[in-house]
Amino acid sequence: MRFVDEFRSGELARRLVRELEGLVEPGREVKLMEVCGGHTHTIYKHGLEDVVPAEVDYVHGPGCPVCVIPMGRVDDAIALAERPGVIFTTFGDMLRVPGARGSLLEAKARGADVRMVYSPLDALELARRNPDREVVFFAIGFETTAPATALTLLRARAERIPNFSAFCNHVTIGPPLRAILDSPGLRLQGFIAPGHVSAVIGTRPYDFIAQEYGRPVVVSAFEPLDILHATVMLLRQLREGRCEVENQYTRVVRRDGNPRALAALAETMELRDTFEWRGLGWIEGSALRLRDSFAAWDAEARFELPGRRVEDPKACQCGEVLVGAIKPWECKVFGTACTPERPLGTCMVSSEGACAAYYNYGRLRAPLAGAGSRAAGPPSADA
Amino acid sequence: MRPRAPRLRDEVVTLAHGAGGRATAALVDRLFLEELRNPLLEPLGDAALLAADGLGGARLALTTDSYVVKPLSFPGGGIGELAVNGTVNDLAVSGARPLALSAGFVVEEGFPVAELRRVAAAMAAAARAAGVPVAAGDTKVVERGKADGLYLNTAGVGVVAAGVALGPERARPGDRVLVSGTIGDHGVAVLVARGELALEADLASDTAPVLELASALLELGPALRFMRDPTRGGLATTLNELAAQAGLAVRIAEDALPVRREVAGACELLGLDPLYVANEGKLVAVVAPEAAEEALARLRALPLGAEAALVGTVEAEPEGLVVLDTRLGGGRIVDMLVGDPLPRIC
Repeated sequence: MRFVDEFRSGELARRLVRELEGLVEPGREVKLMEVCGGHTHTIYKHGLEDVVPAEVDYVHGPGCPVCVIPMGRVDDAIALAERPGVIFTTFGDMLRVPGARGSLLEAKARGADVRMVYSPLDALELARRNPDREVVFFAIGFETTAPATALTLLRARAERIPNFSAFCNHVTIGPPLRAILDSPGLRLQGFIAPGHVSAVIGTRPYDFIAQEYGRPVVVSAFEPLDILHATVMLLRQLREGRCEVENQYTRVVRRDGNPRALAALAETMELRDTFEWRGLGWIEGSALRLRDSFAAWDAEARFELPGRRVEDPKACQCGEVLVGAIKPWECKVFGTACTPERPLGTCMVSSEGACAAYYNYGRLRAPLAGAGSRAAGPPSADA
Repeated sequence: MRPRAPRLRDEVVTLAHGAGGRATAALVDRLFLEELRNPLLEPLGDAALLAADGLGGARLALTTDSYVVKPLSFPGGGIGELAVNGTVNDLAVSGARPLALSAGFVVEEGFPVAELRRVAAAMAAAARAAGVPVAAGDTKVVERGKADGLYLNTAGVGVVAAGVALGPERARPGDRVLVSGTIGDHGVAVLVARGELALEADLASDTAPVLELASALLELGPALRFMRDPTRGGLATTLNELAAQAGLAVRIAEDALPVRREVAGACELLGLDPLYVANEGKLVAVVAPEAAEEALARLRALPLGAEAALVGTVEAEPEGLVVLDTRLGGGRIVDMLVGDPLPRIC
């Protein structure tokens, strides 16, 4: 397949791995956080941990949009879906995320009209075709998906579609990274920064990581060779004592991002004072809400929501997994009380979640398959 | 023996219970099997095998399947072909020669008679191609808004010759795993035919009877251990069932998997894995290592098997798991499907 196979070539991979072998110091571990769930998925799907030198340890970061949605917001979504007359639209990944009262999939089975869409524009089209129904779109994701929501809102306003609204849960990537960098006992030496988010926001928003925290950053694309290449670039920086924001994804990412997408975001949304992240708690300025000028399309403004905060399940260690403090298999409930078909925590739901990726693809390395014990995994706990 | 499926803890049936993965296994094992348990049902194979007096050591094979595909027709076929081929294939991979089919029609009020005739004609053509008559039938009409136009059920009876013994329990470490052609064609073709993805691709369902392929392999005798048609849940699900039921591992090579470029491309765009996408005209076979090359040659000699491939090996460890060697030299697990990544496709 053109434009895919080139990025999965075994020969090129071996060349990059040989270069990595020359860059690591034998026996000295290098911990790199891949921020984005898409990267985590690629690492497991292609077995990259088997390919790179043992010294390279990928720590899985918070960049899985489904994983960071707190349970209270899922309950709000279900309450919206269960309102008479509502067609509730969502990306497929959110269907199985458990709230305090079950998941959207269960709400659908009980009779709520919940539909999976591939784009917010599909939701808008549903609104056009069903003028007597209220169509609500569950807007989630980082700066990657937020522009699509923004453009849909602009179109809804231009076409004066009154029965469409967005339940906005868009989040931003910078603040949680700062929260991770501020966490005590941090042992991360470098960051593989997300590719698609950076296509929108550019690479400048990561400058603080290099300048204030002295950690190198490489923005990476999503194919296995891209991630190997980004790893080489990070290790080169570390070897040469440099600390910069570099761009591996030059075929898509520009230093200043995508001005049109940013303009659409700025026109429709603004920063919230604070937002709760699953496992990470409240982080200031870390999420977006619709501007007052878009209140007519804002589900939070138009419908009464329970808005109740729900504690994360006590046994769930998603927060520690999300900041890279523990590996998925080190969680007390990994593979026992928490499995992809009965997820307790969100990291087990999305295919981009570190736990689901590990459960689905990676159990070979710590072949406990449900033992969930700390001792059974490789001895690399960061906590 | 067969490991216990996960517990059934759901209060209501969700679409995941129909997706062919872990939730389906829980529903079948923990509800249907618990209530209906008997020695014929217990193996949960593609067809039940019935001994009877006067058969001289041969056994009857009995199977049934229902079809709720949307849309009702798609490039390469439609619900009629699917309903005949699906049941014929369940018999074929059980080692049976099909004798006759039955057909049950659940039709929505308002459904065009001309379209129903087209479906019946497609069934007749598929039945002729497989050499099996549709010998019994039933019709029900339900109110408008029910049954999505048309649901079909078919059942089939066949005969398994004396001496034929196939099953996951016959697999041994060292055995080779074959697939009779490209994977994922049907699921992707149906998905694209729904027209919701603004995606165009030159793709057709692979719906076809695998009878000839199965007969060619049956001639290998005891070197043929096991056959199954990797429909809902795809090759990954079939191999997981094999690994679990045999208590062995299956190791496959990413490089060896036959996948059409268009299917690989569409899967890449949609975030799907062709390993989990349905097929409707393929079979998976496990054969003794010394018979592997001959099995491959036999499949490739047939039009439907031209792209057959040896894709993996049965191993002793890790028990019950399917492992994939990636193109880059890494390894990963190919797990049972959990949710339902696809709309109804069969």
